[in-house]
Amino acid sequence: MTADKSLSSSPPSPGPEGPGRGLAAHGPLLLPLEQTWWERHRRMVGIHGARLAVLAALLGIWAALSGNVLDPQFFGSPEGVAKSLIDWSVDGTLWRNSWITIQEVVLGFVLGATSGAILAYLIAAIKPLWEVLIPYMLALYSVPKVAVAPLFIIWFGIGLSMKVLLAAISVFFLVFLSTAAGVQNVDEGLKNAVRMMGGSRRDVALKVTLPASMAGLLTGLRMSIPYALIGAVIGELVASNRGLGFLISDSSAQFNTSGVFAALVVLAVIAGVLNMLVNVFDRWANRWKPLDSGD
Amino acid sequence: MATVYSVRDVHKHFRKGDQELVALRGANLRVEEGNFLVLLGRSGCGKSTLLNLLAGLAAVTSGEIRYRGDPVTGPQTRVGYLTQQDTVMPWRTVLNNVEMPLEVRGVDKPARTAEAMRLIEQVGLGGFEHHYPRELSGGMRRRVSIARMLCSGPETLLLDEPFGALDAQLRGDLQRQLLDLWAGSGRTVVFVTHDIEEALILADRVVVLGPLGAIMLDLAVDLPRPRDGDEIRIQPGYLHLYRALADAIRQASR
Repeated sequence: MTADKSLSSSPPSPGPEGPGRGLAAHGPLLLPLEQTWWERHRRMVGIHGARLAVLAALLGIWAALSGNVLDPQFFGSPEGVAKSLIDWSVDGTLWRNSWITIQEVVLGFVLGATSGAILAYLIAAIKPLWEVLIPYMLALYSVPKVAVAPLFIIWFGIGLSMKVLLAAISVFFLVFLSTAAGVQNVDEGLKNAVRMMGGSRRDVALKVTLPASMAGLLTGLRMSIPYALIGAVIGELVASNRGLGFLISDSSAQFNTSGVFAALVVLAVIAGVLNMLVNVFDRWANRWKPLDSGD
Repeated sequence: MATVYSVRDVHKHFRKGDQELVALRGANLRVEEGNFLVLLGRSGCGKSTLLNLLAGLAAVTSGEIRYRGDPVTGPQTRVGYLTQQDTVMPWRTVLNNVEMPLEVRGVDKPARTAEAMRLIEQVGLGGFEHHYPRELSGGMRRRVSIARMLCSGPETLLLDEPFGALDAQLRGDLQRQLLDLWAGSGRTVVFVTHDIEEALILADRVVVLGPLGAIMLDLAVDLPRPRDGDEIRIQPGYLHLYRALADAIRQASR
């Protein structure tokens, strides 16, 4: 989580100032840097290169071990996984089932995140209501979402909506609790500042509480991405005939270990893309954070 | 001279569990128009509490505070308040912070930008209007706060140890700047500090507060203006005033 109040937020000491009544601003100087493409991106290129090397090494070890140490029947093999992925993408199985899971994850994520955030803003701002409801919220949050799946099947059948809702409630509680914490930790001094300007409750809510709690909301969104995937896939594992969860249970039923791994790879890729989207949003919403507080 | 604030027999209690914390007991004060009043006292003497009450951010437990004859019931835009901590919005640029009072009041964008830019120049932050507060030093953020406070055009300023966290040079600069902004403006200022020297540099009148807001000393400061932090110490009369204030503070803590 990003600390909201960094104590060491003062940039380097102000420069010298002449005597007299000069009103010149104290502060750091901004200088443009002349850098080549390589100087600017050297670090990132190195990191990406190292990441690829780690992946290649793991795949290499796996490939080397499978067949002699690891039985491909149980542990699959990189070639087998690649073959499954190619076969599935050629006959369309991959796209059809991925699309189903993506729909469930995205719909569940959006539904859970919106309802969680809105409810957090409403409830967290009203202290008595919060105090009454919070034990129930925490209790429900702690219930394993798998345990709710049978109930959801009874209520919503085994179609798409059941998985969407399973993903949504997993996301809901995380976003709710995290956003509520953000709303409650808003600096009272900032609120008072707006009150001194003659601001109404609405001004305080829109100009202080909302932006100040954005960090909490984003933390919630980021944490809940894996849970949206978990919710959807659990739903598919429990009851379905399509989706990546179905592919996993179907492949394992046929003892197709490479197929299971292939489906897991696709799930990991989906999670990675979702994380990247949240990062982009994060960078935009937090553009006021310190430029570089590392040194 | 007209009375801006009149504080009569004000008590302020805070509830803390099943106990009550008494911050002020029977505080009395009059603030005259155009006066630079400094409330001097050690921490915990209730001076910040008193300022919060004057600002209308908290309600008195008993007693009465009037502003120009009307009871204070809440914050009012003709009073500006600068707190000890920075309360600039970290997600807004300098410009958007400074123009905020006008934004809340519904002034249209070009007008409030023009006024905010004028004030940003005035406090010496020209060129930094598109920076975010965290890219600025502590002293620059203080200037942003001052500019924002002035943007609503307040006739009375309440300042709660505004320069306490700054280094000595910077404090001196901002004190000078505050005096420049105040001189000839006709504004009334109530300035809270625990620093005797700061009180003598700034004040027309110093009120020393003792425990629970009791007035230990009410002293007129007749040192000539404009004053300068470096030269004030060699003014005749400075030492006498300093000693009187120091004695009053010592007495208060007994």
